Amino acid sequence: MGLFIALCHQHILLAWRGGHTTLIVSFLFIAIILMPFGLGPELALLRQLAPGLLWVVLLMSVLLSLDRMFQADFEDGSMDQMALIPLSLEMVVVAKSLGHFIALFLPLLAAIPLAGLLLNIDAAALPALMLSMVAGAPALTLLGAIGAALALSIRRSAMLTVLLVMPLYVPVLIFGASSSAGALSNGGSVDMASIAILALMSLAALFLAPLAAAAALRVALR
Amino acid sequence: MFKTVENISAYYANPQRFMRLAQTLHAPLWGLAVGVLALGLYMVSQVPDDYQQGSTVRIMFVHVPAAWMALFAYSFIFFASVTALIFRHPVGHIAGRAAAPIGAVFTLIALITGSLWGQPMWGTWWVWDARLTSVLVLLFIYLGYIALWQAIEDHGQAARAAAILAIVGSVNVPIVKFSVDWWNTLHQPASVSRFSRPALHADFLYPLLVMGLGFTLLFLALTLTRMQMEILRQRARARHNGGAHV
Repeated sequence: MGLFIALCHQHILLAWRGGHTTLIVSFLFIAIILMPFGLGPELALLRQLAPGLLWVVLLMSVLLSLDRMFQADFEDGSMDQMALIPLSLEMVVVAKSLGHFIALFLPLLAAIPLAGLLLNIDAAALPALMLSMVAGAPALTLLGAIGAALALSIRRSAMLTVLLVMPLYVPVLIFGASSSAGALSNGGSVDMASIAILALMSLAALFLAPLAAAAALRVALR
Repeated sequence: MFKTVENISAYYANPQRFMRLAQTLHAPLWGLAVGVLALGLYMVSQVPDDYQQGSTVRIMFVHVPAAWMALFAYSFIFFASVTALIFRHPVGHIAGRAAAPIGAVFTLIALITGSLWGQPMWGTWWVWDARLTSVLVLLFIYLGYIALWQAIEDHGQAARAAAILAIVGSVNVPIVKFSVDWWNTLHQPASVSRFSRPALHADFLYPLLVMGLGFTLLFLALTLTRMQMEILRQRARARHNGGAHV
């Protein structure tokens, strides 16, 4: 357990001190700010589109952050050490995913209300949107870990990771966006069925994704 | 029975022996594929026009088998990957790599012919319906699988990484298959593989089944050719590197 917490802590510190947290949150805002230029500044239209746009931009931010997950540790040799410590590689994946979630995902989630304000989001729809994002977050992080681990032995693999992970993200996006769009149309009431499906995906990812990601790490470490 | 399967499978784990089998099967398989496809095309040309759709209904005889093949090829890659990873069967990796571009092209054909059919029937080239979206996602999984093979330089690493991706991506296959049953969408539900009688008139059903068989044989023939190419390429690389004979 000590090792697990130490790994998680290290990942958070590296992301924070390396400036990745700031960069990824900046990316989220840049993408959101570009939307009114592309779609036109009409507030009614933006209000209509806000939940879906926020979901898509969140997803793209997470996709961009994925090459930070294992790449640095792999390149400087830390990953070889992590394969030797008395903690299974599956648990290493969980620890790093948890660190990734705390260091990069939570700041993104914290930025969502402010980003929503820029898109004139309906305040009543915000809790449902946040709830759907929280329910889907573990799935996004852990599915991303698979893609990041698969692309590990390739230099400059960011684009490949995006291609590998994007199809896996589509179901999460579909249910996430549909639940928050539903909340918009019926005055903020939460669509619990979609939230439950998102939570189910997250739970399934928690059990299955570490197996796949650890197998991919073993391939890269060989 | 199980022992025999194991023995046969172990025997052909040697690419050299597999190559001999492939060379024997190659010509008959291609001949059969071309023959069945020719018969299928002839039967399609004899099909009467549909009373509602007119002659556009003939798109079905390409669209439906191509869509079957899109799923069949992915299932093929999935089983090849499982075999390769669990039983360390080298021919499994070769089979997966060989089948992927073919499956991707069948997926693309299904999407394009579906689009051409959708324009006169639904009045639009594309809708974001569950079946169409999940097939598009399937295409991207194929592309990711192919890209991963190409991007990793070390052959053994690329093979195992791609196999893991194929297994992870297989969650999409049941979604494609059952999307039309789970979500009530514009795309019609399955009308051939039903437990009760198929909802298709015999005039249409038999040409469709022959075309489906022809497409399956074509897929197998193309895959076999590409597997032979892949084994030869590996052999050439091994000789070039002066390493052990593959």
